[in-house]
Amino acid sequence: MIIKGKVHKFGKDINTDDIIAAKYLVSTDEKELGRHCMENIAGDFASIVNKGDIIVAGKNFGCGSSREHAPRALKGCGIAAVIARSFAGIFFRNSINVGLPFLQLEEADKIKEGDLLEIDLTGGIIKNLSTGQTYKTEPFPQFLEEIVKQGGLMKYIKRRCIK
Amino acid sequence: MPLTIAEKILLAHTDKKDIEPGEFIEAKVDLALGNDITAPFAIEEFRKSGVRRVFNHKKIVLVPDHFAPAKDLKSANQCRILADFAKEQKIENYFEVGCMGIEHVLLPEKGLVLPGDLIIGSDSHTCTYGALGSFAAGVGSTDLARAFIDGKCWFKVPQTFKFIYNGKLNKWVGGKDLILYTIGQIGVDGALEKVMEFGGPVIDKLSIDDRFAMSNMAIEAGGVTGIIEPDEVTFKYIKAARRTPHAARKKACSLKPVAWSKLRADTDAYYEKTYEWDISHLEPQVACPHLPSNVKPASKVGNIALDQVVIGSCTNGRISDLRLAAKILKGKKIKRGLRLIVIPATQKIYLEAVKEGLAEIFVQAGGVFSTPTCGPCLGGHMGILTEGERCLATTNRNFIGRMGSPKSEVYLTSPAVAAASAIKGRIVHPEAL
Repeated sequence: MIIKGKVHKFGKDINTDDIIAAKYLVSTDEKELGRHCMENIAGDFASIVNKGDIIVAGKNFGCGSSREHAPRALKGCGIAAVIARSFAGIFFRNSINVGLPFLQLEEADKIKEGDLLEIDLTGGIIKNLSTGQTYKTEPFPQFLEEIVKQGGLMKYIKRRCIK
Repeated sequence: MPLTIAEKILLAHTDKKDIEPGEFIEAKVDLALGNDITAPFAIEEFRKSGVRRVFNHKKIVLVPDHFAPAKDLKSANQCRILADFAKEQKIENYFEVGCMGIEHVLLPEKGLVLPGDLIIGSDSHTCTYGALGSFAAGVGSTDLARAFIDGKCWFKVPQTFKFIYNGKLNKWVGGKDLILYTIGQIGVDGALEKVMEFGGPVIDKLSIDDRFAMSNMAIEAGGVTGIIEPDEVTFKYIKAARRTPHAARKKACSLKPVAWSKLRADTDAYYEKTYEWDISHLEPQVACPHLPSNVKPASKVGNIALDQVVIGSCTNGRISDLRLAAKILKGKKIKRGLRLIVIPATQKIYLEAVKEGLAEIFVQAGGVFSTPTCGPCLGGHMGILTEGERCLATTNRNFIGRMGSPKSEVYLTSPAVAAASAIKGRIVHPEAL
């Protein structure tokens, strides 16, 4: 799967309150959650995102609460993938479970706001079309790859356990 | 292979013969917990799966606590989803307003958490139960939905970091200060995806409430759980808690129950890292905006004037926290113009606080005494901050906009510092009174 989109840069330790503030957790509608994505730290972020755009951030992206609303809000506002130096544990599993593509990249800092990226998810290859640089990320372990391939945890479980 | 406590518990919940950090496992859980903001997603996913009955109605706990008693119509709808699902699936451990409390204080209090248990909750502070020697981890709503179906959850077996605390605690210093100090030292990702195991002479002597406060904030350093080897302090607490009627209804859970007394790390268990500190000179700690790792000693934060003080939450809303705050506030008045909001974490604590005269002390001092709720901690209700306001809270997060306006500020501390600061109207060391 190939994702092509413009970069929105964020710093380190972006927490789930930043991604979606608790006052909006009264909805399970991804589109509605998406309208308030990053509101506390980037105001009208949701309105400047084009479908298919990519977030690039520093270490510990998604720290804080377990709210699955966070990866869902990112999906809901049109973000196609998140690249970060590292991800917080619960955000990591939530993204796997709900099918938000994400890649861990040590050199995330080298990518700039507004750069155009092309990501080959299967191969874990990130091409920065603005600078010509190419990065290779570690593939998911087989267990996680299976869940991702099936389209998230519920589809994976359904295929395996539910007759 | 020698194992840590966390590894022993995980292994006991699989069909495997051995376990190694880094590997992926599917483990059977003893309890799966959801609340009013995370369970609706899980229930929606469960329904979409087409499965009609949950795997075991005795192993699911639902607590409407975040925005309950319902703060508005949308919250009321969310709470209703839980109540209806509990009724439909015959989930006994559903706690309606009136018997409800903040989940991470309520479950141990009801005797629902045992050493050696594997517990998941779609709330990041599920790690609190590690204080009783269980492996307890925050997960997402979809994980919870999956557990509803087959009682299992996937894990990447984490490495363990050991934290040893030596010395003797100063007056006014407790579990909250130890954990804030720890996060200050290692950072908000200092234990990313690791188990934090707390031990040493200081932990051995630490009260159960202080241990809960420590384990509660393991997630603030990125920890999967914050585990403490169960001992006499643990067993005494659990024996008392198991006498409650709710506990009696929870059948013995563990598949291959780990004998409590054997819940110790093997002597040659592998720890990826060990931190050892002498905390004899530690003074009360304060985490400044906007990260829990931005920690300073209370006497060094400078002149920070306050608009609001909150005493409560799954970190510090326990009876010993309220007793400590009341001891400081007794016969005193809070600073004019400041709001003091005291929130006992459960109905039991609420009643104890009333009977012991603590509620009266808070009200006489000029504070309010609320029904149990997570409320202001996550900017829900019962004390939202507006632009430019500053709050000192005994809660666990001080992210931008956590308690309301993105232009407000939250400082984190212990009940002792919070109570003393409410009197002075600025952040002070309790000795400053």
